Amino acid sequence: MSNDTVTEPAPAPAPEAPAKKQRGGLPSWAVQGLVSLSAIVLALVVGAILIIVGDDQVKTAMGYFGAAPMDTISAAATAVGEAYKALAVGALGGLDPIAESLTQATPLICGGLAVSLAFRTGLFNIGAQGQLIVGAILAGYVGFAWHLPPVLHLVLAVIAGLIGGAIWGGIVGVLKARTGAHEVIVTIMLNYVAIYLLQWLLTTTAFKRPGREDPISPVVDANAQFPQFGDTRLHLGFILALLAAVFVWWLLNRSTVGFELRAVGANADASRTAGMSVGRAYTIAMVVAGALAGLAGAQQVLGTDLPLTDGVAASVGFDAITVALLGRGTPLGTVLAGLLFGALNAGGLQMQLQTQTPLTLTTVLQAVIVLFVAAPALVRSVVRFLPKERGVGAVLAKGWNG
Amino acid sequence: MSETTTTPDTVRVPAPATIEAPADRIRRLRIGGVMLVFALIGLGLAIFTKSGQATFQLVSGDLQNNLLGVPAQGTALLLGILGLVAAVAYVLRRVPQRYSGWLAAVLGICFIGAFLCWAAAGKTFPLANQFQGTLNFATPLILGALAGVLCERAGVINIAIEGQFLVGAFTAAVVASTTDSAAAALVAAALTGVAMAWLLAVFSIKYLVNQVVLGVVLVVFASGVTGYLFDQFLQEDASLNTPEVLSAVKIPGLGDIPFIGPILFQQTVLVYLTYIAVAVVTFMLFQTRWGLRVRAVGEHPKAADTVGIKVKRVRYSAVLWAGVLAGLGGAFFTVGFAGSFNKDMTAGNGFIALAALIMGRWHPIGAMVAALFFGFATQLQSQLQVIQTPIPGELLLMAPYLATVIAVAGLVGRVRAPKADGEPYVTE
Repeated sequence: MSNDTVTEPAPAPAPEAPAKKQRGGLPSWAVQGLVSLSAIVLALVVGAILIIVGDDQVKTAMGYFGAAPMDTISAAATAVGEAYKALAVGALGGLDPIAESLTQATPLICGGLAVSLAFRTGLFNIGAQGQLIVGAILAGYVGFAWHLPPVLHLVLAVIAGLIGGAIWGGIVGVLKARTGAHEVIVTIMLNYVAIYLLQWLLTTTAFKRPGREDPISPVVDANAQFPQFGDTRLHLGFILALLAAVFVWWLLNRSTVGFELRAVGANADASRTAGMSVGRAYTIAMVVAGALAGLAGAQQVLGTDLPLTDGVAASVGFDAITVALLGRGTPLGTVLAGLLFGALNAGGLQMQLQTQTPLTLTTVLQAVIVLFVAAPALVRSVVRFLPKERGVGAVLAKGWNG
Repeated sequence: MSETTTTPDTVRVPAPATIEAPADRIRRLRIGGVMLVFALIGLGLAIFTKSGQATFQLVSGDLQNNLLGVPAQGTALLLGILGLVAAVAYVLRRVPQRYSGWLAAVLGICFIGAFLCWAAAGKTFPLANQFQGTLNFATPLILGALAGVLCERAGVINIAIEGQFLVGAFTAAVVASTTDSAAAALVAAALTGVAMAWLLAVFSIKYLVNQVVLGVVLVVFASGVTGYLFDQFLQEDASLNTPEVLSAVKIPGLGDIPFIGPILFQQTVLVYLTYIAVAVVTFMLFQTRWGLRVRAVGEHPKAADTVGIKVKRVRYSAVLWAGVLAGLGGAFFTVGFAGSFNKDMTAGNGFIALAALIMGRWHPIGAMVAALFFGFATQLQSQLQVIQTPIPGELLLMAPYLATVIAVAGLVGRVRAPKADGEPYVTE
């Protein structure tokens, strides 16, 4: 695929419109914020419809809609109000809920950074899931199979997680650089290879907990666990996630390597002409992205789960994609989006407990938010007063041949 | 500036058959290398095959009659050597270029045969079950991959096959339970498949959303919506989720052919629809005006527009028809096979269908062959667990995915997507 582009340079992209200062309008970050906010509101509306459709009281009130239409409306309002109240209280109502939200956000931030970094290099990393799993495998193995003094053990286990993810991501980068294999396909496939690898390892004597038949490993040594804050499930991994975000910001905006990554992401052909090695950029981006996802895996196994199970990744790797999309590929945006989705997950659990509204509703909310964010034109057709956004969306509009 | 970079037209002299371009030579050696590795693994397996009989069961459920017994090691060695000969012949270019693909096929069959002899030495391998299961697993994959072929030939990347499967499976289960009508269930599944396809079409063609992003989000969306509806309705009222599984219909005549008949022609309507779909999609894409237009807008939308083809309309029609196929594929999971719906029951099959489409090089027939291969590997995994071989099932389950990685890495043949696949078309 990409071999072809070496011999025959692809048509140069149309010269970008000179970066005009927005005349009188809002700065671009404010516009993006407004679009995101509108997307969240619209998603909540879609969610409300689903809640109303599924609510028993509304169903009963619908039975005599003709006689007393207000009953239906008030039942609907109550159902939506209670569900969203439980969601909000579960996410933010007090220290414990907030700690739970941050715990949920931790792997989402790291996974989101893994996707964002690749994004900025022009790669679509759907493989955070697989990279996270391999990271968790190595981190978990070092965690429960080795027995080392405090601090050192945790550091080594985290490094093992980083290496695991970096290898899994690196395969993708090397294949892309050397053979032009499209990263979307390779990452999707490697996700499955990783999950089957994990399932198989959990049946081997090296990984299986003695005396247990189900796929579960021994508990990670106390020395290799992330210290927790008070009685909450929140652990030091959250701070690491924030540090990782700062690192990605520094890498992208302050380092030479990062400049090359962004240049390749903006225009691979121009970067090649300017003497940069596109293949090297792809490889570096995927290795670092993989390491970030591996860190998320280490956080899960060393901080939240403690034994390694085949459900260690849950859907974090896929949620990370939506996080990165909502965060628009910037480290700060990814952190904010990770916090939002973490809060939605934590609140969703409470909502399910208190109002019997299924947790799957939050999945719908997350999908709809991202769908709206990805289609600003659609949001603008609903929310008329939004100013026009510039230069977003077209960046990644390319297919298998890109 | 880009127009000037094309290489000057050289007068092409028909080259003698023995000369090959350096790039082709590298490719041949690379593929040949992979083939040699497989041939040697096959031979290795043959050498370590236990002596004794490998018995293959030719009619499912019949342990007494219709058994095919072969000496395990002898047969494995024979097949291993034959595979090696094929691989060597490929590397040394001993057959004309156009037949070289057959060598790979011979090697593949020999390898699988040697593997089966190794696994079944001293045991009975249910061969009829193996093929039956292959078809069961492959049917939704074929339908999904065909849906992908239609979309991507028209220039719209469809990663959302998994989502279309999910809504199709859900609707088929609910409609079959409430109406007791298989036909209604299939129609409803096709329609919801179209509804998902419509979302894909509108967002990619009208709102120009990046299609990979869109596909991923649509899968999450479908998983969320079906999961939510399952939790809210199907969990509370189980009568909504008790569809009757389609019954097998025997085709008179064809169904009586020994061995092949029961496997291919005593199947459900959905399987027959799949056979028809492969033929129809192939015919429509390559023999009709509509197909030509679909391929044109997928390769070079601007040129197509210039000659008066309505690019967006053609893309819409291709994507929506693909929705029909993917919705039917989804229906297979419930009314065609398992019965009741379960959360995320399609378990990544939509992504395997995507892999099949890529392995099949964006061609309906190729996609079908790849889907059959994936189905074969999945079924083999469960069969080998039954007859207890030392190979862990998980490693076998990886095989389709690893094969796809190897394929897209260019080790096996040339894989090229339609030129404008994934690029939204904007009229200037």
